Amino acid sequence: MKLAAEILSVIQGDPRADRAVPPSGFTAQLTLFTGGAMAFLAVFALALALATARLADRWSGELAQTSTVRISAPDAQMEVQTKAALRVLTSTPGVKTARALDPAEQRALLAPWFGPELPVETLPIPQLIEVFETGAGYDAEGLRLRLKAEAPGAVLDDHTRWRRPLVAAAGRLNLMALAAMALIAATMVAMITLAANSALSANAQVIRVLRLVGARDSYIARAFVRRFTLRALGGAAVGTALAMIAVSLLPDAEVAGGFLTGLGFSGAGWLAPLVVPVLAAFIAFWSTRLAAMKALKGIT
Amino acid sequence: MIELHDVSYRYGAEDLLSNITLKLAAGSFHFLTGPSGAGKTTLLKLCYMELMATSGQVTIFGRPADRIGRDGVAQVRRRVGVVHQDCAFLDHLPLLENVALPLTVSGQSTEANMQELRDLLAWVGLSGRTGALPPQLSGGERQRAALARAVVMSPDVILADEPTGNLDWEMSLRLLTLLIELNRMGKTILIATHDLNLIRQTKAQIAARVLRIKDRRLQLAGADL
Repeated sequence: MKLAAEILSVIQGDPRADRAVPPSGFTAQLTLFTGGAMAFLAVFALALALATARLADRWSGELAQTSTVRISAPDAQMEVQTKAALRVLTSTPGVKTARALDPAEQRALLAPWFGPELPVETLPIPQLIEVFETGAGYDAEGLRLRLKAEAPGAVLDDHTRWRRPLVAAAGRLNLMALAAMALIAATMVAMITLAANSALSANAQVIRVLRLVGARDSYIARAFVRRFTLRALGGAAVGTALAMIAVSLLPDAEVAGGFLTGLGFSGAGWLAPLVVPVLAAFIAFWSTRLAAMKALKGIT
Repeated sequence: MIELHDVSYRYGAEDLLSNITLKLAAGSFHFLTGPSGAGKTTLLKLCYMELMATSGQVTIFGRPADRIGRDGVAQVRRRVGVVHQDCAFLDHLPLLENVALPLTVSGQSTEANMQELRDLLAWVGLSGRTGALPPQLSGGERQRAALARAVVMSPDVILADEPTGNLDWEMSLRLLTLLIELNRMGKTILIATHDLNLIRQTKAQIAARVLRIKDRRLQLAGADL
């Protein structure tokens, strides 16, 4: 309750209390710059954290629900083994659907490497069967044994082998992004504490006079806290706006394809960066308040 | 109002004051004298809690000083007006705002008290200097402004540390007249000074008690004063 009242008084301000502490140009600029730069970096770290979280979810979700059966057989047996494999698959518990890719789809898969004109039908490439699982999934080892018996050229790839490192990589990237955000916050605490201490030292005589005429610690601290909080908020608002513009200018996923294109925000995720200036103000509030209270303890 | 009982103050290995006992009763007028470095300023600082006694008991408005928290100290200083030796102004604020500072920090509106502030500045002869910054004031003007600030909250006790140190005799008498006027209004006054003429001038007008610090101890001054 007391803290809420103090936060409210910081927001409302007291022009006379503000005037009691002279403006300090250097620390003001330092706090503005720190707020802006840290917010800019924080928005990028946030974008990375959200993107990697999305990526990990998508990879673990989508890949977990699909498998591929690859049939490598002589031309004469290809169709027979494909049909046999499809029969096995459709009768396997845990398999929702299974369908053989048509030549056009296989051509599209190979297009990035061989171009769109590849005559798939004339080349000895394996036939692919796309398998969609039910939520419960299937017994991969049992299916492999049945496929081996019915279609010897069929090889089941349940994506596990390459899904795990991808999901783990996305998870680690996510952790690194979160760690980067924590480091940015810690750096901001350090920078604002330094700036606040510098301002407090420069105004030691002002603080002494205010104490001597009957000012409470909270009154004196508030003058500094309000100043630093508003500066950090202003700087962070500008930094956040610039970072959001920069993120919005990143290429879309459809245009460039690949991992990095998912780095931006999507949908309601665009609201997430708006928390950054508020957090910056919160950090500035507490950093300055703690620095001021500590400095005031040394002045009777 | 303020009592010191067997108070000593030590800084490092050196005793600056030893076994001081002093009682500032309501409405009393005291002078504190002694050579430079005797400990007059230290004793005054003990009275408004800028320093804390290393032994003995300081009681301020009935409360032991060592049991008064930091907010309590602020409250005490609103009831004890101090004219500091260095005047201690905020150089970036004009005179009027400096004099109003005790009102400002205690949450009182300067605007609501503007007439009283102007009357106060007229009383100390600084009506025409309200917009001046402290560095633009002469030594005498600073001393009078410091007195105005010390009394703006209508404190019960006024402590003055060499208040006439920068003043000529005429101005010193003027300031003294102001302090005597405050005492007649019921304020308790303690003035640290080594100006014996000022003390004699005061004793000719009111019953003032003169104390002397000698060899770190407090004693009643002799008939020579």
